[in-house]
Amino acid sequence: MRVYLDNAATTKVDDEVIKAMNPYFNKIYGNASSLHSFGNEAKNALENSRRIIAEKINADTSEIIFVASGTEADNLAILGTAFLKEKGHILTTKIEHPAVLETCKELEKRGFQVTYLDVDKEGFIKNFEDNLRKDTILVSVMHANNEIGTIQNIERIGKICREKNIVFHSDCVQSFTKESIDVKKMNLDLASFSSHKIHGPKGVAALYIRKGIKLKRIIYGGHHELNIRPGTENIPGIVGFAKASQLLNKNEIERTTKLRNKLIDGLLKIPDTKLNGSRERRLCNNVNVSFKYVEGESLLLYLDEKGIAVSTGSACSSQTLEPSHVLLAIGLPHEIAHGTIRFSLSKYTTEKEIDYTIKSVKEVVEKLRKISPIRR
Amino acid sequence: MYSESIIKRFRNPKFAGEIKNADGVGEEGNIRCGDIMKVYIKVKNNKITDAKFKTFGCAAAIAASDALCELSIGKTIEEALKITKSDIINLLGGDVPPIKHHCSILGVETLHKAIENYKTKS
Ligand SMILES: Cc1ncc(COP(=O)(O)O)c(C=O)c1O
Ligand code: FES
Repeated sequence: MRVYLDNAATTKVDDEVIKAMNPYFNKIYGNASSLHSFGNEAKNALENSRRIIAEKINADTSEIIFVASGTEADNLAILGTAFLKEKGHILTTKIEHPAVLETCKELEKRGFQVTYLDVDKEGFIKNFEDNLRKDTILVSVMHANNEIGTIQNIERIGKICREKNIVFHSDCVQSFTKESIDVKKMNLDLASFSSHKIHGPKGVAALYIRKGIKLKRIIYGGHHELNIRPGTENIPGIVGFAKASQLLNKNEIERTTKLRNKLIDGLLKIPDTKLNGSRERRLCNNVNVSFKYVEGESLLLYLDEKGIAVSTGSACSSQTLEPSHVLLAIGLPHEIAHGTIRFSLSKYTTEKEIDYTIKSVKEVVEKLRKISPIRR
Repeated sequence: MYSESIIKRFRNPKFAGEIKNADGVGEEGNIRCGDIMKVYIKVKNNKITDAKFKTFGCAAAIAASDALCELSIGKTIEEALKITKSDIINLLGGDVPPIKHHCSILGVETLHKAIENYKTKS
């Protein structure tokens, strides 16, 4: 049995998405900027996709631009704001994705001040208002965390930023389609979305830019995408992204939530385990559990042998020795953070797979605990 | 990231476990990664006759622990003290990612601790 439970890293492309994309490789292949009919056809597909994404988040069509990755969307939002304002203070959190954290660190080197907010043990941000300053130019708080699935109260943060006239960005890469997103209700100025997390193709993403919000471009070239993001548009990818955004329905979300709960309950029956993140305000597909006395990488590789794909922390951190910054931020001790696994489900996950996973994890954890020197 | 031969040894370690009345026990940890290794040795006439390990660590650490035990068995105490990180890496097939070299060093250090412990006992 092969079980893919790493959907927070990336997802399988939906068959319907592939079908929607197909004509745009060799039938409708024009450059959307060209004036002839080939170009017009591509332009129509582009604008139709933009409309679909805009409607999904209650935005205006003119407020969406397409970029090449969630990482780029985050970079453009943050650097674009900072470079326009030239100086000031940025408020973000300790649990952001590296696409935000590393961008902020770079800005620190360039003379901006950055505050990284602490979070409580479930991953909710703390002391938000106390850390706003007179010179705060930008707030960036992610909607749902990619490791522990905690969903922040974005509406409240947005409201405060709007009142104080501070630009507010949210990384909505993990929450898109799984949680309802209404940019108006949530008071968003900038928001990032990525296609490959929602059963769309890789290398396509979108940035929502509220009307009136200005950004300095970070890539130079032609006049594409509202003059902010040059580069010939990836029409097949964009069409696939738009299609993917329409596919996850309420039933599938409910079904995924049920399976998620079953997995949580099953895993917590193993002694000395702990669920990380919030039980209530949690992504419908995220399970993050610490297994005391065992080390995550070993657990991951033994599960891989059984055909089960999971992750320790995030895919990006598997090349370093440090435990996940998110798990440390919620206060896990080093060795517990080290024994933590993320299981991320999708609409394709079946009950049989969940049963098999619970059984396999139990076996592997027992096996590893037998050779663990820290179990007294 | 890991070679076939590391994965093979990691999946089926021959020397995982503990020796109940070991003649020497050593435990060592690496501060950076937080991994911990424990090695048990049985010694007869100055020769290591058996070795076992318990490891809380990455796949490379488990594979290195196992290779270390294999290398130690049959060696005199003096010979065992000469086992190096490279000996372990060679037995693991040579192809150990640089970021995982310290896992083999941890093996050497843990064996030294076990031998020290044996010496204080005898
Ligand atoms: C929360 C979050 N933000 C940003 C990204 C980056 O998106 P992309 O892989 O499209 O660059 C990811 C995924 O890796 C993510 O989980
Ligand atoms: S990563 Fe430290 S022992 Fe392997």
